[in-house]
Amino acid sequence: MKHSGRLVVVPLVVAGVWLLAVQTAWGAPVLTPRAATPRPVPAPPSDTCVNCHRALGGRLAEPALKIADDIHVRRGFTCAACHGGDPTAAGMESMDPARGFVGRPKAADLPALCGKCHSSPEIMRRFNPRTPTDQAARFLTSVHGQRLRAGDTKVATCTSCHGVHPILAVSDSRSPVFPGNVPATCARCHADAAYMRPYGVPTGQYAEYQASVHGDALLKRGNRQAPACNDCHGNHGAVPPGVASVANVCAQCHASQRDLFARSPHRAAFQKASLTQCTACHDDHGIRRPTDDMVGATGRAICAQCHTAESQGGQAAATMRQSLEALKGSIRTAESVVATAENLGIDMIEAKLPLSDARTQLTLARNLVHSLSLREVQTAVTVGAGLSRKAEDFGHAGLAEIEYRRRGLGVTLAILAVLLIGLILKVRAVPETAEGG
Amino acid sequence: MGVGSWLEERVRWRAADAFLRHKDVPAARHAYVYYFGGITLFLFLVQVFTGLLLLMYYRPTADAAYESVRFIMARVQFGWLIRSVHSWAANLMVFWVFAHMFGAFFVRAYRRPRELTWVSGAMLLFLTLAFGFTGYLLPWNTLAYFATKVGTEIVGAVPFVGRALLVLLRGGEDVTEATLSRFFGIHVAILPALTTVLLGLHLFLVQLHGMSRPDARGAGRSMAFVPAFVLREATVWVLVTAVLASLAVLLPWPVGEKADPLASAPAGIRPEWYFVFMFHTLKLIPSHVLGLEGEQLGVVGFMLAAVLVVAVPFLVREEQPGRATRVAAALGVVALIFIAVMTILDYMGP
Repeated sequence: MKHSGRLVVVPLVVAGVWLLAVQTAWGAPVLTPRAATPRPVPAPPSDTCVNCHRALGGRLAEPALKIADDIHVRRGFTCAACHGGDPTAAGMESMDPARGFVGRPKAADLPALCGKCHSSPEIMRRFNPRTPTDQAARFLTSVHGQRLRAGDTKVATCTSCHGVHPILAVSDSRSPVFPGNVPATCARCHADAAYMRPYGVPTGQYAEYQASVHGDALLKRGNRQAPACNDCHGNHGAVPPGVASVANVCAQCHASQRDLFARSPHRAAFQKASLTQCTACHDDHGIRRPTDDMVGATGRAICAQCHTAESQGGQAAATMRQSLEALKGSIRTAESVVATAENLGIDMIEAKLPLSDARTQLTLARNLVHSLSLREVQTAVTVGAGLSRKAEDFGHAGLAEIEYRRRGLGVTLAILAVLLIGLILKVRAVPETAEGG
Repeated sequence: MGVGSWLEERVRWRAADAFLRHKDVPAARHAYVYYFGGITLFLFLVQVFTGLLLLMYYRPTADAAYESVRFIMARVQFGWLIRSVHSWAANLMVFWVFAHMFGAFFVRAYRRPRELTWVSGAMLLFLTLAFGFTGYLLPWNTLAYFATKVGTEIVGAVPFVGRALLVLLRGGEDVTEATLSRFFGIHVAILPALTTVLLGLHLFLVQLHGMSRPDARGAGRSMAFVPAFVLREATVWVLVTAVLASLAVLLPWPVGEKADPLASAPAGIRPEWYFVFMFHTLKLIPSHVLGLEGEQLGVVGFMLAAVLVVAVPFLVREEQPGRATRVAAALGVVALIFIAVMTILDYMGP
């Protein structure tokens, strides 16, 4: 009887503790009442455009189905804002021209249609005060805008780039004008040879851009600091940069190079030869990562395109290249020694700073090539070489320390070995065991 | 009056001398197991010595901890040696504590009347792990920071008191400078004090009862403690010193990168190798098991395992090897395989 009582009590206690644990501290709501079914989401206000087009299916339903993501719809606009008509009226009455229905706007009318709001500071202030209100005006100054005014409806208008149904915010990564998507958006027309044929515009820019240092940064590495098409060409007022303005476009990011170039003898020479400043050496859409191979008077060097090896310019270019190579070699040696010491466990923090400064001097020297001043390049190289030697000295001191430690370990192990042999001899001399304990 | 007589009158040292001369230790088949405790003790002494030296330069603040360790490694004369020896000896000590415990377990050294020797030894194992856990954070580098974050989160999964324990350990909600100074205090004051008391008790009990014989039936062969056993133990200590010196010189313990609490955790973060089996087990347990959170279940499981380890002498009370002994030995082997497999699996993973 006593045992059977225990048999009942023990499971009850275990079950009680279990329930308490589950209900309180351990927090899993397995025994709590089920959550009530979520209340139905209230239906959106009646909009006959959306309601009817959704029901139509196929091509006609598509805009109504996709419109929910549209930036304008999210700010409270309806289809009628662009298409006119009365979304509160039922049936075909909502599409009555008498109620302002315009249907599908014509391409030529789009700048004015979008500009109704986007050119109005009063309206834009209410929705997005940071958006400029001169886009429509600037569009009309662009090649696209001018051709549109001349009656060419094949050119890009607002929706060609921004999309339609839905028009997404520029900051939305799905938008065709989100920075990373801009090159592909422009390429839809500009990489289409058949489409571009009447205009005589080349179509290889997109492929070149994809392979360029800018394309690599933006498209492959997602670096939104890298320029897309519109960063050089402008967007609403897009024009191809002229010979004189290329340097200014590049200088938006590469100001130092522009300044060095501006005070170099190349500036006047390029103007005389009608060469575009930056792109003459670096190319335009297909700008590759610059290498030291570009400097010099032989082989793949860009300088060799105009200067012979024997000319004064050619000799200066060759000397610059030698100086750069010498600094690179000096830095490589220092890096190798420092890395070896570091891998062996020596703290190389003191070598890191001069090494980093030496690399900075190399970058500076490469940049100074734009000035064409051999003296300036060699000054930077000399400073850099001194810094890399300093780092290398730290590395050698580290390696010497390693050597010292290893010799110390050798001596220590030798002493321990002697001690060990002595102990082993002593152990053998002393009787090990005694019976009985 | 000679010095010996003068001291004898005051500290009665001849009694200790007579005790040691008459003391003997078993010379059994698995005699090497008897040296494991001595190795652990030696490594503990190394830790005390090197730890005291590191204290001269180490500064337990978030701004200065990393820099002070770097300073010890780069600037302090032989600082690199002291710190590397401290770090390597810590790892070796954890290894030998486990070896000592499993050795004592498999030769059944926990039998009556040595239950308390076992219990104090098990407590010393936990204290050693606590030393490792708290000491790992002190250099305040990235790995230490995030490993501590993960480790204390696991403590937070203890049922009922986990949250309070986590806040108590961290000195707040997150791993901060408060955690660092707390861990430092625990590492250099609380744990050494507790260890000294428990180690004293453990060594006293070992002297009181002598070393256990694997076979309780007969007295068997014996070895004189002085000089035969002491000479052998000294030989082992010299070997351990050589290994320690070689490791410290050839593989100096790295300083790593300074901890950045705002940075994201580096990939493949894991605790010190001796916690990895627990860490990997917790990763394998499903998030919910029988209405309980998997992590909590795992933590409870390891707590029960710790209780079982402490309670071994009271669960297996056979004088002669019987069924309980065989079950215990089998469980011991399973535990060893489990620890090894879980550790290897984790290191083989990403």
